This record gives sequence, C-alpha cells and structure tokens, in this order.
Amino acid sequence: MEYIKLIGILIIVLGFALKLDVLAVVLVAGIVTGLVAGLDFVHILEIIGESFVNNRLMSIFLIMFPVIAIIERYGMKERAAYLIGKIRNASAGKVLSIWMVVRSVASALNIRIGGHVQFIRPLILPMTSAAAEASKGSPLSEKEEEKVKGLSAATENFGNFFAQNCFPASASVVLIQSGLAVAGYEVSLSDIASSAIYVMIISVILTIVQVMLFDKKVKGGRKS
Amino acid sequence: MTNFLGIYFPEFFYVLCGLVCFLTAFRARKNESAKLGTMLFWTLTGIIFMLGKVLPSALVGAMLIAMGFLTVTKQVKIGKFKESTPEFRKASSERIGSKIFVPAVAVGLIALILSFVKYDVMKDGVATPTALNGAIMTGVACVIALVLAFVICKPKISDTKEDTSRLLMQVGAACLLPQLLGALGSVFAEAGVGEVISGMISSVVPQGNIVIGVIIYVFGMVIFTMIMGNAFAAFTVITAGIGVPFVISQGGNPAVIGVLGMTAGYCGTLMTPMAANFNIVPCAVLETKDPKWSVIKAQIPMALMMIVVHIILMLAIGFR
Repeated sequence: MEYIKLIGILIIVLGFALKLDVLAVVLVAGIVTGLVAGLDFVHILEIIGESFVNNRLMSIFLIMFPVIAIIERYGMKERAAYLIGKIRNASAGKVLSIWMVVRSVASALNIRIGGHVQFIRPLILPMTSAAAEASKGSPLSEKEEEKVKGLSAATENFGNFFAQNCFPASASVVLIQSGLAVAGYEVSLSDIASSAIYVMIISVILTIVQVMLFDKKVKGGRKS
Repeated sequence: MTNFLGIYFPEFFYVLCGLVCFLTAFRARKNESAKLGTMLFWTLTGIIFMLGKVLPSALVGAMLIAMGFLTVTKQVKIGKFKESTPEFRKASSERIGSKIFVPAVAVGLIALILSFVKYDVMKDGVATPTALNGAIMTGVACVIALVLAFVICKPKISDTKEDTSRLLMQVGAACLLPQLLGALGSVFAEAGVGEVISGMISSVVPQGNIVIGVIIYVFGMVIFTMIMGNAFAAFTVITAGIGVPFVISQGGNPAVIGVLGMTAGYCGTLMTPMAANFNIVPCAVLETKDPKWSVIKAQIPMALMMIVVHIILMLAIGFR
C-alpha cells in the first residue's frame, strides 16, 4: 500500500486548515511519514535535525533585527513618511511599481537587492504606506493598511520569482538544466535563461496593473 | 583559507543569530505568563543556531520535538514591552534626518558588493572561482550596518536589547518554519513520497494531446509545489513524470518548456502556506493582522493569471 506514504501531506493540509500549531503539525507529519515508510525513529530524528541545521541560512535574517530595532526607534518610518509627503502625486502604486521594476532587474542580473526583512520592512513598506496616505489625504483604515503590507510583501516575491531565471547561472536555471539532462535532453544554460524573459516582462506588467488598481481603490476610499 | 571562508566564517554569523535568540530567552524572564517555556524555547533555538554543526543530528531532532511540545501546549508567548512613543520617534527623525536610511541602504549595498567577490576553491586539483557563502554576505553587511546604526543614532543599549527581543518574539516560531519545512521535504524524499504522486498522476493522464499535456504539466507543477512548498522539489519529480512524456516528447522545446515549468511551480509557491519563508514569515515580519494569509491573499490574483499565461506561453512559444 504505497499511498499510505501520502499521509504526511494529509496531516499538513488538515493541520494548516484547522489552524493547529504549525511547528507541531510539521513535526508530526514528518515523523508519521517516516514511520509508515519503515524508517527507524532515530533515523527520522537524524534526517530532521541534519536538514534543519543545513537550512540555517534561511533564518540568517535574525541578525538584521538589532539594526531594524534601532532605526525604527529613531524615526526611520517617520522620515520616510516625511520624504514621500514632499513628493507631489506620490502613491502606493507608483512606489510599488518602481520597486517591482528595480527588484526584477536586480533579480535577473543576480544582484542581491531584496528580502522581506532587509528591504520590505525597513524601506519599501514605510514608503508605500506613507505614499498611500498622501494620495488618500487621510490615515489608512486597518483594512487598507493590511492590503499595503500584503502587496509590499507580494511584489518582493513577484520580482524575485519571475525574473530569477533570466540569469544563466542562477540555482533554478542550473536545476532545470540538470533535470532535463537526466531525462536525456541536453540544453545550454543561456537557452534556458533567454526563454525566461517573457515571463519576467508579463509579470512586471501584471504587477503594475494590480498595484495601480489598488491606488484607484484607495483614492476612491477618500470620498466615502 | 578555503576552509575558513567555506566552513568556519559562516558559523560565526550563526553564533550571532544564536546570541539574538539568547537575548530573547533572557528577556523572557520578565514575561507575565509562560516564562519558563518561552525561555526554554529561545534557548534551544539559540543552541541549534550556535552549535548545530557539532551537535549530533538526532539530538537536534529531539530538541526540535521538545520545541514543538512547547508551542503546541502554548508555553511560548510574547512578553509585554514598552515601545517608543510617536513623539520620541518624530523628534529623533527630525534630529537625525535622512541619515537614518544609511544602515538600511548599507545592508543591501554591502551584500551586493560582496556578491561579486569570488575566491578560488580547489576542485579535483583545479582552482574554481566560488562565490562567498550567503551567510557571510548577509552577516558582514548586517554587522557593518549595526555599527553604522550605533554611530548615527547613538541608541541606549538597553532600548536596543528590548526592541530586538520584541521583534523576535513577534515573529515567534514562524521564523523556524522554513527550516522545518525543508526538513520535512528531506523526510518526504527519503520516504519516496514524490514517486508515489508522479506514479498516480501519470496513470490517469491520457497521452497524445499537446493541449491536455501542457495543462496537466502546468497544474501538476502548481499543485505539487503547493504541497511540497518548494518548486525545486516539484520540478524534478513532475518534469520527469509528466513534463517529458506528455509535453517535451511530443515536440516541445526542452529549454522553453523547462523554464516555464519551473515558473509555473512558482505560481504555486505564491499560493501556499507551505512556502513559509516567502508567505508566512513576511506576515510576521510586517506584523499583519492575519498571521498566515495576508501575503497569500495579495498574491492569489497574480498567481491565477500567471498560470493562464504559462499555459498560453507554453503552447505559443514552446512548440516552435
């Protein structure tokens, strides 16, 4: 009965849907999957422990926290709001559109500009919400504030994901090449990367449409 | 030198991450409730960061399970903090001016410069230029930015310690989720979950129709990425199981189909809480009201449109 191995996926889906404690859900899913596949319990602990330690790079952003702590206490957001307020016709959509273009180009050239901790919280979000407020002419509602946060985080992901394959030596392009090679298709890295440009351009256009629609909504909110 | 840059120097920055966790653990002694659990949780996190490379893997696994027990029994909580007042922030922003941006910009700029640095690693007797470890790039940039922040703002150390602990407690266990999901992926791989799924899909899909093949490949990438939380893991399984037999072998251009398959997977990444580092950690970092779905909600319209774009692109340019 091979399908029993999928029980981990079921646990994850149910656990996330029922809003159970995420750490426990993931651990249980891993242990149960390992056990039904006939792995030894200690071996499962070893796999989890080793992989967790090898993935520490994903959490390296913790060392940025003291920097954020200081610059936020000393008025970074207030300064961003002041500067954006001086620009006429600033709006959330314009700030995010510029960011999307910058982020996509950087991602396509494999330049490390981006990150939710490094860029969105300290720089992009304060500028975007200040711009949204300036274009609305009054403080944002809680719902609008939430939307600004969601969009700011989303543009970071859009720019990162859809442009990264334009760089021939990026991890994903190398993986595509090796995946195709295993199946018997030899393709050059630059062939793969040059095929990625369509997706990048379309994603930038769609993002700009999305944030401009949000602008319209915010400005409409002023009248009501 | 190679060992130093490749192995030991990155560990230094994980030790610093560990110190941030210890700081938070120590601050948890002032928590109103769940004092012990919170202290223990952040201490264990700090130990794994600092000593992860030298501890036996099974012990790290056991520590993670202990941490899971703490969070599931609600023994990890956010303490009460006195935040800075709007008046204070306004006054100091007027005093410091735009110099306040220097540390934040420095992080990006320094990491950018370091990303161009290459050093030689001996591989099979040949010197191969290698980029610096990511931990070094981020780590060096953050340490320099911290020094700049101290010079520019002259903050009270006690305030900085308080604010740092507050930030970490607010992000909470979510900051460990990406690593843990990576670990889950490793268990799935060892257990052979991918093979089961690709076997299931290829047994129900009819062969011979290009349009159906493309649609199944794109949706296979999307759905499998949503389940695994990782497009890379999905790509290997789904391309071998669906992409090659149903799309590429029917005359598709492998380079075009391959790259579109990968970004089709990214559409799935945009919609799944399994991709915690992209979708859930940002919620915590930006302090959204909804701790899981705020970012995903903003991404769903884009993801759905991009799925359609991928199907059209594959059919339009994949078979030229």
